[in-house]
Amino acid sequence: MVDPVIFDIGYLLSAALFITGIKNLGSPRTAPYGNQLGSAGMLLAVITTLVKMQAGNGIIGWELLIGGLVLGSVIGAWLAVKVEMTGMPELVAMFNGFGGAASALVALSEVLARIKAGEVPTDMLNLWAIWIAIGLSGIVGWITLTGSLVAMFKLKGGFTIPLTKKWVRFPTWGPPWLNFVKVGLLIASFAFVVMTVREPENTLWVWALVGSSCLLGILFVLPIGGADMPVVVSLLNSLSGVAAAFTGFVINNNVLIIAGSMVGAAGLVLTFIMCKAMNRQLIDVLFKSFGGSEKETVTRTKVGSDAEEVAMMCDGISTCIIIPGYGMAVSQCQHAVKEFADLMEARDVEVKYAIHPVAGRMPGHMNVLLAEANVPYEQLIEMDEINSEFAECDLAVVIGANDTTNPAARSGEGPLGGMPILNVDKARSIVIIKRSLSVGYAGVDNDLFFMDKTMMLFGDGKAMMSALNTAIKEY
Amino acid sequence: MSLTIAALIGSITIFILAIYLGFELISKVPATLHTPLMSGANAISGITVVGALLASNVAFNGGSPGIAAWLGFIAIVLATINCVGGFMVTNRMLEMIAGKRRKKEVA
Repeated sequence: MVDPVIFDIGYLLSAALFITGIKNLGSPRTAPYGNQLGSAGMLLAVITTLVKMQAGNGIIGWELLIGGLVLGSVIGAWLAVKVEMTGMPELVAMFNGFGGAASALVALSEVLARIKAGEVPTDMLNLWAIWIAIGLSGIVGWITLTGSLVAMFKLKGGFTIPLTKKWVRFPTWGPPWLNFVKVGLLIASFAFVVMTVREPENTLWVWALVGSSCLLGILFVLPIGGADMPVVVSLLNSLSGVAAAFTGFVINNNVLIIAGSMVGAAGLVLTFIMCKAMNRQLIDVLFKSFGGSEKETVTRTKVGSDAEEVAMMCDGISTCIIIPGYGMAVSQCQHAVKEFADLMEARDVEVKYAIHPVAGRMPGHMNVLLAEANVPYEQLIEMDEINSEFAECDLAVVIGANDTTNPAARSGEGPLGGMPILNVDKARSIVIIKRSLSVGYAGVDNDLFFMDKTMMLFGDGKAMMSALNTAIKEY
Repeated sequence: MSLTIAALIGSITIFILAIYLGFELISKVPATLHTPLMSGANAISGITVVGALLASNVAFNGGSPGIAAWLGFIAIVLATINCVGGFMVTNRMLEMIAGKRRKKEVA
């Protein structure tokens, strides 16, 4: 018989690997190593668990356990290898939802098994502690699942109805009264937890809890629109950790508590970084829809330029700052952007990229896309650092970005008021590649487009970038 | 398996300390790493696979594999997708971001 303490040591080592792993993920040089440490910790935890189970009561149904692990690994690996970098936000959201669902299912499985086997705790402490942990794990887990799935479809933009091949745009919908429904559902979910404790044998309350929290997850993400997505994605990431931590209380396992709460805290830090970059409170993101209904209509017009004209402009400059936005992700033109940068550098132009913290649809979205296109990491400059350089910049090239460059934010009023922006308007000349003059997500007209030093290239990011590159080569 | 008040307080202590640890570890991270950090942390939240393994088997030991065991099985699959997929995709991103940097330094 193996001394059970060996398993605790296994879990302890695994927790240490997670902590060191997360620590290392925070710096570019050590991040790959950190990720490996994390996966090693996971492997150790799984092996420890399997050995512990075998040494304990003995495992019945090996085929189910191993089958599940193998099936999950194959699907996970396939998704990870197959995904395009542009599809990354959706994939992260989906994995996130799966993690939350797994925690919720463990809690559900535990409560049903205990009720079925007649092992409902009889003393107050055990009943309250375990049943509340099960309830909380369920609430957070189901919210994470349905919230992440809604987020995933929003990031994709929509979905195809099976069989008909008809593409449906995913709606963003949230009248003010929906907030009362959300709060009501949240209170109801907590009430259901209390009811499961008061009537621990009654599975009805368990299923009611599943229903209310699933619905809550959907309603929680449904009103949140595109530009707030980085906040939501990182908040859901945080929740999946919290769910795992509560599951740790359910099965009384410290490694789950440690790993889960660290992930929860890390996700929350990232959420606040995102909120700060938009100058919004988390509570506003969740309960106040942004811009939305009252979009300004654009009355002014601006004559578009063509690629040849811009190519001429590009001749003789010495510094160039590229400002990518969500439009670059949509048109997947990061490689064309890199080609443009190469052409510029061949002409001895100093090229830098200005990265707004919330550009795109998830934290760090632009960085991932540009890294895929082989842009050197040193050229990606964060907002606070590059903002002073715009005044010395000969040409700013904006690709599919709008609100993050809108000077209206400086006035401190309107939907964008107070949001930190990139000082693109300070550059000596500006080229903006965009499909139209229409307002951005915040619904505010952008003065930048109408400045005399601004040239607009109307069109799809990829098409315009390629045309520009061709024009520069021929010039 | 019965829980004592001492064990519960112990778990809550660990919970709170780990939250503080998480805040401290991540407080300053460059934007380049926001996505990999998120997906790497996300993969770690798949640790719930441990719970899934236990749950699935507890349910088995309680008799025939009823609904609880199948829920456990689904949880194993989902949590493993989360872990394996998450770590692999993070690795792919980090290879792009940091991998090239290292190769350049070597060259």
